[in-house]
Amino acid sequence: MARLEAVLELADDHLILGHRISEWCGHAPMLEEDLALPNMALDLIGTARVLYDHAAKLEGKGRSEDDLAMLRVEREYRNCLLVERPNGDFAQTMLRQLYFAAFMEPFWKAALGSSDEIIRGVAGKAVKEMAYHIRHAGEWVIRLGDGTEESARRMQGAVTELHRFTGELFESSPAAAACEAEGVLPVRADMRGDWDRVIGMVFGEALLEQPDIPFPQTGGRAGIHGEQLGHLLAEMQYLQRAYPGAEW
Amino acid sequence: MVAVLDQKRAWAAAAAVPDPEVPCVTVEDLGILRRVELVDGVAVAQVTPTYSGCPATMAIEMAIEVALREAGFDVRIERVLSPPWTTDWITEAGREKLRAYGIAPPVETAGSVRALFGDVAVACPRCGSGDTEKISEFGSTACKAQYRCRACAEPFDYFKCI
Repeated sequence: MARLEAVLELADDHLILGHRISEWCGHAPMLEEDLALPNMALDLIGTARVLYDHAAKLEGKGRSEDDLAMLRVEREYRNCLLVERPNGDFAQTMLRQLYFAAFMEPFWKAALGSSDEIIRGVAGKAVKEMAYHIRHAGEWVIRLGDGTEESARRMQGAVTELHRFTGELFESSPAAAACEAEGVLPVRADMRGDWDRVIGMVFGEALLEQPDIPFPQTGGRAGIHGEQLGHLLAEMQYLQRAYPGAEW
Repeated sequence: MVAVLDQKRAWAAAAAVPDPEVPCVTVEDLGILRRVELVDGVAVAQVTPTYSGCPATMAIEMAIEVALREAGFDVRIERVLSPPWTTDWITEAGREKLRAYGIAPPVETAGSVRALFGDVAVACPRCGSGDTEKISEFGSTACKAQYRCRACAEPFDYFKCI
């Protein structure tokens, strides 16, 4: 069922990135960021919850949002590769956040016109949260890119590391393409103009250069992930695997 | 007539529930309690979360359920996402309570691009001065940012315009 698969892709993007940035909790470089990062994780995981609940009802097999989030295996996750990339340093974390939010903000804005009521409901809230993430992450990318010699080196290093994973954001899986044709989801490729504008603006101020990527890394939508996703899932799913059905 | 009175009583019971993170305001002040209706004898309360990931949502729903049960109603809680909550739904009374509590209420209409990307002038909730500065985009809860007053030197929370 195309809609179920496409909703899961979106849910997985948000859960995996939400989990990734929650890994900073207690480790951020300053107290304000130690609050900011889990707050952004909450936005993402909150969005994921509604989407998983929607997916569970579309599937109609008695699985819950928790089952879908916590009890699938690596190859069943359909998140894009960008969101599973390790946190690296603070520059990489902030750049990954900017790349993702700069895609999702126009995506949710377009999804306000979705024919799916739940998608419209999620979009109404998420579009503002993503704008806030762009602002927060964008300011850091500028501050670090146009900062000290060391911060500029790290920021450009983050671009070199992560830019090759951004092309996948604009690709639609067969399931997503079917939903796009029905007006359930916006066409991913259509976000290119908005994304380029935001990234171009931030990079201009940050004195960063966009590398030329002839062959973007893809595969996440087909379940082909980097080994890092397995490590992430091992930690995220530990409790449900060790104590099946645990609740609190 | 009895039904109307019951409906009013149910609303009053649910509306008095305080927000667990900002206890100076009620769910009615925040505008997150959308409606309470009696359907076949069951009090159906509709609640809209402030944020996608607001960790207080479940606690709020449970508190409303408890308040309605204590008022003698059978209860069903419905979470309504659309239209999404905005800070514009905070009542005038709610804004005053926030200010008195030391939290600057949202300055601009939610959703305005300037409120999201520009720097808005936030008045200090303690001394009223407009000479304030942003310390951090994110405060002690998802719905707030951190500011500092340059006039009285007090830090304070600002309820973000979202």
